[in-house]
Formats: sequence, structure tokens, C-alpha cells
Amino acid sequence: MTSWPILSVVTFLPLAGALFIALLPEDEAGIRNARWAALWTTLVTFLISLILIWRFDPASADFQFLEKRPWLGGAITYAMGVDGISLPFVILTTGLMPISILASWTAIQTRVRDYMIAFLVLETLMVGTFCALDLVLFYLFFEGGLIPMFLIIGVWGGPRRVYASFKFFLYTLLGSVLMLLAIMAMYWEAGTTDIATLLHHSFPLSLQKWAWFAFLASFAVKLPMWPVHTWLPDAHVEAPTAGSVILAAILLKMGGYGFLRFSLPMFPDASAQLAPLIYALSVVAIVYTSLVALVQEDMKKLIAYSSVAHMGFVTMGLFAVTAQGVAGGIFQMVSHGIVSAALFLCVGIVYDRMHTREIAAYGGLVNRMPLYAFVFMVFTLANVGLPGTSGFVGEFLSLIGTFRVNNWVATLATLGTILSAAYALWLYRKIIFGTLEKPALFNIRDIGWREIAFMTPLIVLTIVLGVYPKPVLDISSASVAQLIDNYQHAVGAVHAAGLSAVTR
Amino acid sequence: MNAAQLPNLIPLLPEFVLGIGAMTLLLVGVYRPADTGRFIDGAAIVLLALAGVVLAALPPGKLVTFGGSFIVDEFARFLKILALLGSAAAIVMSIDYARREAQERFEYSVLILLSTLGMLMLISAADLIALYVGLELMSLPLYVVAASHRSSLRATEAGLKYFVLGALSSGMLLYGASLIYGFTGTVSFVGIAHAAGQGGIGLIFGIVFLFAGFCFKVSAVPFHMWTPDVYEGAPTPVTAFFAAAPKVSGMAMFVRTAVMAFPGITSEWQQIVVFVSIASMALGSFAAIGQRNFKRLMAYSSIGHMGFALIGLAAGTSEGVQGVLVYIAIYITMTLGVFAVILSMRRATGMVESIDQLAGLARTQPTMAFFLAMLLFSMAGVPPLAGFFAKFYVFLAAIKAGLYLLAVLGVVTSVVGAYYYLVIVKLMYFDEPVGKFEQMPYELRVVLAICGLFNIFFFLYPAPLVGIASAAAHSLF
Repeated sequence: MTSWPILSVVTFLPLAGALFIALLPEDEAGIRNARWAALWTTLVTFLISLILIWRFDPASADFQFLEKRPWLGGAITYAMGVDGISLPFVILTTGLMPISILASWTAIQTRVRDYMIAFLVLETLMVGTFCALDLVLFYLFFEGGLIPMFLIIGVWGGPRRVYASFKFFLYTLLGSVLMLLAIMAMYWEAGTTDIATLLHHSFPLSLQKWAWFAFLASFAVKLPMWPVHTWLPDAHVEAPTAGSVILAAILLKMGGYGFLRFSLPMFPDASAQLAPLIYALSVVAIVYTSLVALVQEDMKKLIAYSSVAHMGFVTMGLFAVTAQGVAGGIFQMVSHGIVSAALFLCVGIVYDRMHTREIAAYGGLVNRMPLYAFVFMVFTLANVGLPGTSGFVGEFLSLIGTFRVNNWVATLATLGTILSAAYALWLYRKIIFGTLEKPALFNIRDIGWREIAFMTPLIVLTIVLGVYPKPVLDISSASVAQLIDNYQHAVGAVHAAGLSAVTR
Repeated sequence: MNAAQLPNLIPLLPEFVLGIGAMTLLLVGVYRPADTGRFIDGAAIVLLALAGVVLAALPPGKLVTFGGSFIVDEFARFLKILALLGSAAAIVMSIDYARREAQERFEYSVLILLSTLGMLMLISAADLIALYVGLELMSLPLYVVAASHRSSLRATEAGLKYFVLGALSSGMLLYGASLIYGFTGTVSFVGIAHAAGQGGIGLIFGIVFLFAGFCFKVSAVPFHMWTPDVYEGAPTPVTAFFAAAPKVSGMAMFVRTAVMAFPGITSEWQQIVVFVSIASMALGSFAAIGQRNFKRLMAYSSIGHMGFALIGLAAGTSEGVQGVLVYIAIYITMTLGVFAVILSMRRATGMVESIDQLAGLARTQPTMAFFLAMLLFSMAGVPPLAGFFAKFYVFLAAIKAGLYLLAVLGVVTSVVGAYYYLVIVKLMYFDEPVGKFEQMPYELRVVLAICGLFNIFFFLYPAPLVGIASAAAHSLF
């Protein structure tokens, strides 16, 4: 279909940029060049990834832009490709990277070169995760992201960075290694690790259950789901701003993507049987972490907990396996990718000026920073899920999708939207409104051109997708329809078999 | 003497090269003692390379001689090349150390050559007597080099401890061998395989003792006690040598004996290997956490790695053996690279061994820190580094063989083990510098760069190593 391996280019271009930066000298000019090289690399990568949208055929549910080369010998190959489910995440990743680089422009002053290299390597690994069409290759990218993120949190993080980075690394690794064993079991069962083939392979129920739990261990930690979410607030709080942005916007989405790509289509019977467990965990996540968010004193921690709650909507919608639920889950992930990234950027903006994230240290910012107040308001409302913002569409669709399957779950989850309004508006009032009485804040500057530059696209996207969500829904609709078809078919077959066994 | 009665000596040519070469170098050293250390080091490396070339030039296929007690097959070729590489690297890495510490003795290289000769014999051994002879030829020079730093209390203690415990383990191995001989009436692996049938309590007893001896050589729990002390006490280049080549041949004899001599009773010895593997992984992971001495930490790390490699043997299949071979090959590169760094931890006041001395290395010596970090992540088994593939293949085999509990415990201990590797990365990258090390010697830089680049870029083209290992594994079955 394509004459050149576009997915490999998008995946490995950042790595090439990283190698270039590694060759730069470590003086004043080298640091400046490192920043610009990183920005240009990510921008070019983003532009190339836009070609994907342009050439993508949304009517087809198949994998497109396929690439396949021998790799480990035997059945394990280097296979790349995207479909309607993975493409939005690829674009989200490439789109947010230039923003993260811009956000780190002045905030990072030590070891700038290493920082940019770490981010570019991370981009390669993240894009690769979403493009990989081989389980082992997927695992390679999925897990490889730990190394740069560990360094980003640990080297450029806050005071408790060592604790946070270790917790992040070990939690995620423990979840993932179990998934690796499941991948191996699937390999011996199906004789291949090619994802496109495995999607049509029906695994025996006993294997499905074990593998489902093994994949859950990995994705639940990554997403994160209650009760294995505790690494997230620590990691978010300690990570530098851009690190939090990437963590919230993309790394978390790998968990949701994993459910969509592996758990639901490959283990449909196990998913159907264990969906109540996911519902329960999702509802607990939505209600409990929203309550926890209410009492936070640290801005980043509050947003981190709200992320966990929003991811609860995602898992709930996905495992409802209705057209609305799955589409809503995907949309919610994309929307949360934009909104949470923007919220962390908002925190970063005031943090760069005041070097504190204590909510109590702020108040009355609207007097000095009207533009900032506007930006923050847009994203606060999007986080709450106000109609007209992208946050609404995702939550609404997942709730509808779930309501069709289970009224109680949907009803309880709705509590979460109320609570989210409570904590988000409370945060907004504490920081932005009130009188400006803290002396430290008297001279705070409003946002500058660089900050406006990276905030504008996010605001536009939030509102455009809120009013007109069709582009994202259209890209994924064919793949989602096929996913649901296959799922219903597989689960239906088991039901039929069970019924015939009973009647006989 | 009639030439027709002479056994076919062609398969032994590499061993001849090493043996005759080592004795010649010994004579040169004795008669021209002044300032020959450099020359002999160089000559020893040339000899090892020559042995490798001769090995590669041997006629292809399975060569058998001495009435079936000496075999050169793909398995032997693969591991012999690894052992030669490991030994050559150990000599290269000792040059600077010996010069600085005034330890330039020509015997060192000669002893390593003799020990390597023993390893080659051991890797090819296909009966119990050849195995024992090869093992002793390998071990005796090891005892001596462990204590080669004669004036150091630590080194002599390490040498003595290694010797006493090593002799004990040799005794157990011999006792096991004699039991096996008693119950099967033969010492050849093929003969034992025929006679063993369904086993029997006497034979199992023999296997247990035999395996105890093997476990000692590969430093697997519960016969690992010598490892931390010897690693810490021996001069650092010697430790680097211990950690690489002898592990190759130890694992080779373990695998060859288990697979060739006892194929009919796999389920019997499998239990032993599973237990040893789990115990080694667990001890290697947990005991290393508290260590501050880098050499001691590497000792526990190697115990853990041997546990992981044994997972492949526990599977008892050709995939499993392939996993062991890939694991050992990658393990050698990781461990040699790390020891290249340990050997460069030198300040004006002398060598330092505590990992705390690495603090802030990423800022004082960024290249060295980067390679060490990559090697440590590789040891932790994080993709896309080579160490991940090493673990991948052994676990793949374990899953196929249905050893789920072993696999789950294995991956969980690998996460625990990741912790102490991370601690070192944390010291280098997150902490404030405590001062620069002296300039890294040229040859150590080369070793570190080769090992580091191999581990980083292995994922690009893993097929050759995996393919050769697969062919080697098939030659045993």
C-alpha cells in the first residue's frame, strides 16, 4: 500500500534525533541546539504522522500501513500496522511531544541534553507500542518505556523523586512480567505472536482466564485501576511537568489500549465472565478516588487522583462492549490525554513561577493572570465533563454504553461526575478566585507567548472535539464495530454451546 | 607404536594448541623471567584466538574420539568459543591492574590458559572420567589464581576457602559418579542412558551427589556459599575471570550430563533443577539488596543469573537448552562489561569497591555511567536490552514444558532483583558526585564499549545468536 515504511519512520525518527543530540557538545550552544533539535524532531515526526490520517481508510477495519520483516527467527516477526483503535493514540503521542518539549524549554536547566534524549527515546517507545503488531515487539516497546521514564522522574524530579521513580518502575515491571508469561503461553498455544492472526484465534477457556488475569495485572497497573493506582500520585507529583504530561496523557493510555487490543478480542469469554470484576473496580475507582481527590493539598496530586477516576470511566465503557461504551472509552482516553496534559501544563506554569504546588499557596490569581485564568477554566470544565467540551462526550458515551448493560454500575458511576465537579471547581476557586493577598503572588507574570503557543492547540482541540467529536469517532468506528462483532460472536458461541449442553 | 592404534586426534587440535602453547609459555617465563609478563599476556591471547580459529576450522558435524568420551558437536563448539572469549577478555582486563598493583607475574596468564584447557575438555566430556579430569584441570589453576595476590590476607583467605570447598564438592561429585557407575556399570553417558532405564533409588542418589558437585561449580544455591567471599576476596581481574568462563563450562557439563546421560528419567532430575533454580533466583535477588561492595553484589547477581539459566535446563527440552545457551552468551557480555567498570573504579588513593563510590558518575564520567546503566538494566531483564532476550528464551521453554510455578516465581524474583540494579543506576544518575575516577585504561574502555553496544543493539538483529544456539541445542537431542 505504501512505498515507504511510514510507521517505522514515525517510530524511529525520534531515536535518530536522540542520537544526533547525543553528539552535540555540552556547552551553552550545545544546550540551545539540543532544545531546538528536539523540538524540530518532534514537530517533523508529528507532521509525518499526519500523513497517516490523510492516507488512512476509515471504512476498513483491517490493519493498514503494514510492515513485516523477519526478526527473532521463526514466528516472531517485526510487524507494524495501525487500525482505527491505535491510530488516535499514535497521533495523540506525536502531537503532545512538541508540546512537552516546549513546556520544558525553561523549566529544565540541568542536563538539558540528557533530558531531551530521554524524551525522544520515550517517544520512539510509545509510538512503537501503539504500532506493534507482534506481541513480543509490543512488549519490547511497552516495557522499554520504563527506562527513560524512570530516569526522567529520578533525575529531574522533585524532592521525593527516588521513592517515586522506584515505585513506578517496580510496580509496572511486576505487572508486566506476568503478561510476558501469558504472551509465551499464547505463543505455544497459537504458534505465533502475530497480533492480526491472534485476533482470530480462539483460545481455550482455561487459558483465556489465566491470560486475562495476567494481562490485567499489567494493564491495571499501567492504567491505573484501583487498588494498584498508588504509584501514580507519587510519580505525578515528583515528575517534572512534561514528565507528568506524558505520563498522564500517553503512558496511562497504554493500559486502556491493551484492554482493547488484547483482553477483549483475544479473551472474549474470559472478558464476558469477568466483566463484573472490572465494573466493580471501575466504580470504586470513580467514587473512591474522586473522594480522595477532594482532600488533596497538592495540585498535581489532585489531578492525578482525578486521572484515576477518569480512567475508571474508560474501563467501565470498554468492558460494557457496546458500540457506545467502547467508542466512549476510546474518546475518553483521547480527551483525557488532551485535558489532563493541559491541566498538568497549567500546574507547571504556576510552578515555574512560584516553585510550589501547594494549593494553599495560591489564591486570587485572576487579578494578575487573566489569560491563565481563562485557560485553566477551559480545562477545569473539560475535566468536569461540561457539555461542549471533549470531556463530556467521552463520559456521556461510556455511561450510555454501560447503562445498556448494567444500570446500577452506570448510576453509581454518575456519582463520579458530580464529585469531579466538586473537586475541580473547588481547586479552581482556591487558586484563581478570591482576593490576591499572598505577598509572593503580587508580581506573578501572566502566561507568555511560548505558553500560549502550546496551550492554544489544546484549547482548540478540547472545544472542537466537544462540539464535533465525529473525526475521532469516525476513525475508530469500523475497527470498533468489528471488535464488537467478533466479541458477540465468540461469546454467543459459548452461550449456544452451553445451552445445547443443557438441553441435551 | 602403531599409528593405526592411535585415536583420532583431530577433534582435540584446539586443546593441543592451548596445552602445548601454555607449556611453552611457562618455559619461556621460567628461563627469561625479567620483564616477560607483557609478552606472555599477549602470547596467551594469541593462543586463545588461535585455538578459536582451529576450532572453527575443524571438520563440521559431530566428531567423536577416545572411544566416545570426547565429543565435538555444535553444542561444544558454541560453548568453547564462549569460554575462549571469556578467558581472553579476562587476560585483557588484568593487564592494567597487574601493572598498577605490581602484580605482573607471567604465571597468571599461563594458569588461565591451563584452566581454559580444562574448560574445553570439560565441555566436550562425554563420560564421567573425562568429565572429572576436565573439571579438575579447570579448577586447580582457579584455586591458585584466586590466591595470586600472595601478600593480601583477603586473597589468600579466598583462595584457601575456594580450595577447601572446591575439594569437598569434587569429592561429592566423585562419590555420585561412583554410585552411578555402580548402578549402571558404565561411565559413558550414552551407556548410562541405556542402562538407566526407569532409574532406581541408587541411581537417583548418584545423580543428587553429582548435581551437588555441578551446583558448586556454577555457584547455585545451596552450594553457593563460597561465591560472595571468593568474589570479594580475589583480585578483581580474577573475579572477572571467575564470573565468566568457568560459568560457561560449568553450565556446559551440567547440561550435557543431564541431557545425554539421563534422558529417560528427566522427571526425576527435573525436580532437583527446579528447586536449585528457584532457590538461586530467590537468594540472588534478596541477598544482593543489602550489599554495598560491588564485587560481592556481583557474586549474588551471578548466583541469581545461574538460577535463571537453570530454568532452561529444568525444562529439559531442546528449547530449554537453547535458552540456557542464549542466556550464558548474553550473561558473559553483561558480566564482563560490569567488571570492566569495577576494574576502573580507581582513585588516586587506590582501588575502591563500594557502590557508593559510583555516586554522580553520570556527571563526572557520563559515557561510563551510560554503559554501566545499560548493562545493569540488561541484567535486570528490561527490554529492549539483550538481558531481556536471555530471560525471554528460558521462560519460553519453561512455559512450554508446563513449569508455570517456576516461571511465575522466576519473573517475580527478577522484579526483586531489578531493585538492586536500580539502586546503582540511582546512585549514578540521581545522586551528587563524590569525585572522579582516574582515566579508564584503554583496553577496559574497549571491553566496556563492546559489551555495552552488544547489549544495547542486540535487539536489532538477534537471529544469528538465537539460530546458532538453537542448532547447538539440537545437537544434544
